[in-house]
Amino acid sequence: MRTSPPPAARLALALCTLCPALGGFAAQEQRAGDSALPAVVPGYTLQFPRDFGSHPQFGIEWWYLTGWLTTARQQQLGFQVTFFRIRSRLDASNPSAFAPHQLLIAHCAISDPQRGRLWQDQRIRRAGFGLAEAQSTDTKVWIDDWRLERSDDAYSAQVTAADFALSLSLASTQPPMLNGQAGYSRKGPDTASASYYYSQPQLRVSGSIVRAGRSDTVSGVAWLDHEWSSEYLDRNAAGWDWVGLNLDDGSALMAFRIRGRQGQSLWAGGTLRGALGDVQTFGPAQVLFTPGRRWRSPRTAVSYPVTWSLRLGEREFELSPLLDDQENDARQSSGAIYWEGAVRVQERARGVGRGYLELTGYDHPLSLR
Amino acid sequence: MSAPGGARGAWAAWRTLTRAQLREQPLRVLATVFAIALGVALGTSVYLVNGAALSEFDLAARRLVGDSDIIVRGSADGFDETLFPALARLAGVSAASPMLELEVALPARHASLKVVGLDPFRAAALQPALMAQIGNDARALFAHDAIILSRTAAEQLQLRRGDLLPIVVGGDLATLRVIDTLSGDAYPEALGLMDIAAAQWTLGRLGRLNRIDLRLRPGTDAQALRTELARSLPAGVVALTPAMERGRAANATRAYRVNINMLALVALLTGAFLVFSTQSLSVLRRRTALGLLRSLGVTRRELRHALLGEGLAMGAAGSMLGVLLGALSASLVLHYLGTDLGNRQLAGMGAALVLRPGPIIVSLLLGTGIAALGAWLPALEAARRAPALALKSADAEPVMSQLPAGRPALALLATAAMLAWLPPLGGVPLAGYLAIAALLAGSILLVPALLRSVIGALPRTGSVELDTAVAQLQGGTGVATVGLASIIVSFSLMVAMAIMVHSFRQSFDRWLIRLLPADIELRISTGSDTGAFTADQQRRLAALPGVARADFRRVTQLRLRPDRPPVALIARDVANAGAADTLPLVSDARASVPSGAQPAFVSEALQDLYGYRSGATLVIPLGGALRPFYVAGVWRDYVHPGGAVVIARSAYVAATGDRSASEASFWRRPQAGLGALESAIRASLGLGDSLDIIASPQLRERSLMLFDRAFALTYALEAIAVVIGLVGVAVAASSTALARRAQFGMLRHLGMLRRQVLAMLAGEGVIMSALAVVYGLLLGAVVSLILVYVINRQSFGWSIDLAVPWRRLGALSAVLIAASAFTALWSGRAAMSQEAIRAVREDW
Repeated sequence: MRTSPPPAARLALALCTLCPALGGFAAQEQRAGDSALPAVVPGYTLQFPRDFGSHPQFGIEWWYLTGWLTTARQQQLGFQVTFFRIRSRLDASNPSAFAPHQLLIAHCAISDPQRGRLWQDQRIRRAGFGLAEAQSTDTKVWIDDWRLERSDDAYSAQVTAADFALSLSLASTQPPMLNGQAGYSRKGPDTASASYYYSQPQLRVSGSIVRAGRSDTVSGVAWLDHEWSSEYLDRNAAGWDWVGLNLDDGSALMAFRIRGRQGQSLWAGGTLRGALGDVQTFGPAQVLFTPGRRWRSPRTAVSYPVTWSLRLGEREFELSPLLDDQENDARQSSGAIYWEGAVRVQERARGVGRGYLELTGYDHPLSLR
Repeated sequence: MSAPGGARGAWAAWRTLTRAQLREQPLRVLATVFAIALGVALGTSVYLVNGAALSEFDLAARRLVGDSDIIVRGSADGFDETLFPALARLAGVSAASPMLELEVALPARHASLKVVGLDPFRAAALQPALMAQIGNDARALFAHDAIILSRTAAEQLQLRRGDLLPIVVGGDLATLRVIDTLSGDAYPEALGLMDIAAAQWTLGRLGRLNRIDLRLRPGTDAQALRTELARSLPAGVVALTPAMERGRAANATRAYRVNINMLALVALLTGAFLVFSTQSLSVLRRRTALGLLRSLGVTRRELRHALLGEGLAMGAAGSMLGVLLGALSASLVLHYLGTDLGNRQLAGMGAALVLRPGPIIVSLLLGTGIAALGAWLPALEAARRAPALALKSADAEPVMSQLPAGRPALALLATAAMLAWLPPLGGVPLAGYLAIAALLAGSILLVPALLRSVIGALPRTGSVELDTAVAQLQGGTGVATVGLASIIVSFSLMVAMAIMVHSFRQSFDRWLIRLLPADIELRISTGSDTGAFTADQQRRLAALPGVARADFRRVTQLRLRPDRPPVALIARDVANAGAADTLPLVSDARASVPSGAQPAFVSEALQDLYGYRSGATLVIPLGGALRPFYVAGVWRDYVHPGGAVVIARSAYVAATGDRSASEASFWRRPQAGLGALESAIRASLGLGDSLDIIASPQLRERSLMLFDRAFALTYALEAIAVVIGLVGVAVAASSTALARRAQFGMLRHLGMLRRQVLAMLAGEGVIMSALAVVYGLLLGAVVSLILVYVINRQSFGWSIDLAVPWRRLGALSAVLIAASAFTALWSGRAAMSQEAIRAVREDW
């Protein structure tokens, strides 16, 4: 891992790392009017492919790709490729082409049971000069030679890190799944805490990965989240738990809950879309996350519940990790320590699918300051 | 000492001799030890200070180079920023870091601060050690006025986190905010870090960069890529290796440092002569004791080793003392003067004294070895003497007369003459120094023969005392020569240094007067890249009622070759017509510049380093294109050792579109007062106290003061050489006096009064030292020619006119003659006083 900034959980990074840029200075220097951040409001109709692209006026945005891979030798691996876009309003009038009006952050990790921990790397750059950009017309975001791009209903992800690399093609098999109210996803009791949010579940993966110089052909199934917002987390929130699960029958399940400082649920939500396209949306009362076995990180001494029971309406799922140690330690940069990893899904003691689980705020409460 | 018996014998003899020596002559031993200590201290101290400075330089350069494989640099004005994405996309490049490296003008401090604007995200991969501490706070740098200071900068500017730092950009004041300071480890020198976007905006360089660091993918051929870049980069932009980049900083002052090192070596050599004279005289004086030892069965070889051991012991003691003194003085120098030895205006305070065993051992070995070298011939001579003869004979020719003279001496002088014509080696005038060494050695070898013939030719005066003195000298030129050698060496070097420094100062002064013809000089801060007067401000200044004439200059830096330091480009309002009047040309200006050609005047350094002569075509990268200029003359420049070129400002503006000016000269109308004009200028610019407005006479005074400060160390070295020389005089005189006690008795017996004997001694002292002075003056004059025309020119690339400081040389000569007469007198009194003899035995 290099000295560059943060390996980051999707929100941890957004909220911890970028607070100085978004909150602190922006508040002092912000000019009213054109530089104000647009609010996320219900009733907006997502339009594709426009909304596959970037929304630079909004404060924060990410494309979050997670999934399972199987090598030719039948080895099971998890992976994530994430691009964040952050709008910084500090010195918004600086005409320099280097002015960091938009920051791009990328993070990539491979969960490898044989290694026992993650392969990971990250990059952070200011957008500009065509070297790091996020396009507004369709999904096309890159930092130097790291890129995520959509064309012809397929995504392509390319990452070359110091000791591993990943080159994947991810074909859509289903239309985008709109979360919350047609893509308006509330994140807390206050209606201002919300995002526009859609998912691309059941992506069919093919490609290759390289670990420590050794190349493998891989195939698998993946999940892409695309979310943009200007005010994400409730002020009383300490962290959150999130899952995105590709079920074997072709259905897709997304669920999250925002935790308060005492560990209680502040807010929750979920979407379950059947193989035939029937969508069920769940509110706070219908989503129940129940922690199970805990794993304690030998590096940070933080303890994470790595197995879970998830109740969604009438259905109940059991989650168990591909490997326990899928911890990301970003204390050197963003200050966040979090767990983000591949999980197996069981329903009534029977394997029904695979997905990704994210746990944040277990070391100390995340705060907006 | 191969046989154990031999070793034992030598050891016993050494013990006997040394004990006797210490018991009987503690003062003399102390004096010799102290002389060696002085030489070693000087060398050690200079070496340590240099080492600290160079390691500071190197660490600073390494921090900024980081892990880069290629550094692409332009002039301060730089190049278009689109070069950055172009380079970042090259196939072999894995990381590129865009930078803006500027000397930022600090108002009211008459100085500038080196500020590097960079992208912390990209720099993290290339300059990890520098960026390590920024890490988390990278985004705090984004504010347009945020700056992080290195510890040295914070200390020099006396600023802390949260303080404001006023700067000058263009003709306006701006303010930066210190958001943090780095630790001393991150960067040892004065530096400010800004975000690249903030730097471009706040420092007035939108769209420009002047440095891009590249890291290459594994397996990429850096040399091949550099060659390719050399073809494709815009004019004036060069691709450097990390070694070239690191060498740049050290190169700038290397000549100065080598010179000081050489001076220390000279002091040490003088010390060696002192050991030599002490030992040969003491051998002479103790020949009875030595003969006794030999007749008691001490072998020749054992005696030689014992005497050599004596020299070694004194050398070792002196060296140890010297290392201690040297370390002490080095830490004082670093603390009070900084690593530049007083050679820079803004003193550096970041360097720490690091005592490494290597240099200390070298100092010890050098001091001891040189002392042993000095003791070698006398030991050889004493051992060779037959014991019976040594016991009996009261007079014997000492060592010096056994040195080969004649042909070897002439050969050395001829070698010196040839060496003086050789070019510098790697920018250092090594051949010149060797020429001086050969000249000194050859001249010393000639001393006995010359002395014999000169003293033999001295006429009789009729004065008993003087004639006896001459007769005495004629009888014992050998003894006299020994004392003379060390005096001649130190005095001639003293003379040479005095002439060189004086010549330099005189030339510098005349040059200043020539270059500062106006009444008032105006600038924002010397050497800064950001402070400049806008075209509008220039119009307003020129139109001020008290101004008869205003000249504006734009001074920037150019890069003509990647492996050479930057060249100063001076765009002046007057460049061709009247150039001879306003520029200190060393040759006549070319009267006719070919039609259509733009004239340029190159400094001597540019001529020496690049070979441009009058009439040649000089191609200058200006405004992103290569532009030819006709070299219309060569001028003398004492400011830019890397070279400078003067062109017409109209040509500069046409090429770059840059109408700003960094310096101005004003001639006032007859009725306008200086003070009133100054106030008018300040009021017109609205920059308040941040302007450096100075009347030409004061500027000249200030420059000369800086000159003297830069040569303060040279003066100190001179003083030390004088001390060593005088110690040599004292030691020689006392030895001679003691050795001649019997003779004094005889003269008294023959009827000479005590007063007459003393007068005779004083006469001897005066004659000898007068000879030494004359010889030293001649030798020193020749050495000064090498210093002025070879070493100075090759080190700094500028010429100076020879000027002799008659008064100072006269005073030095008088002091030396008086001192030697006095010591001769004093030691004669001591030698003739029975009580004194009993009291101090044979000491002094």
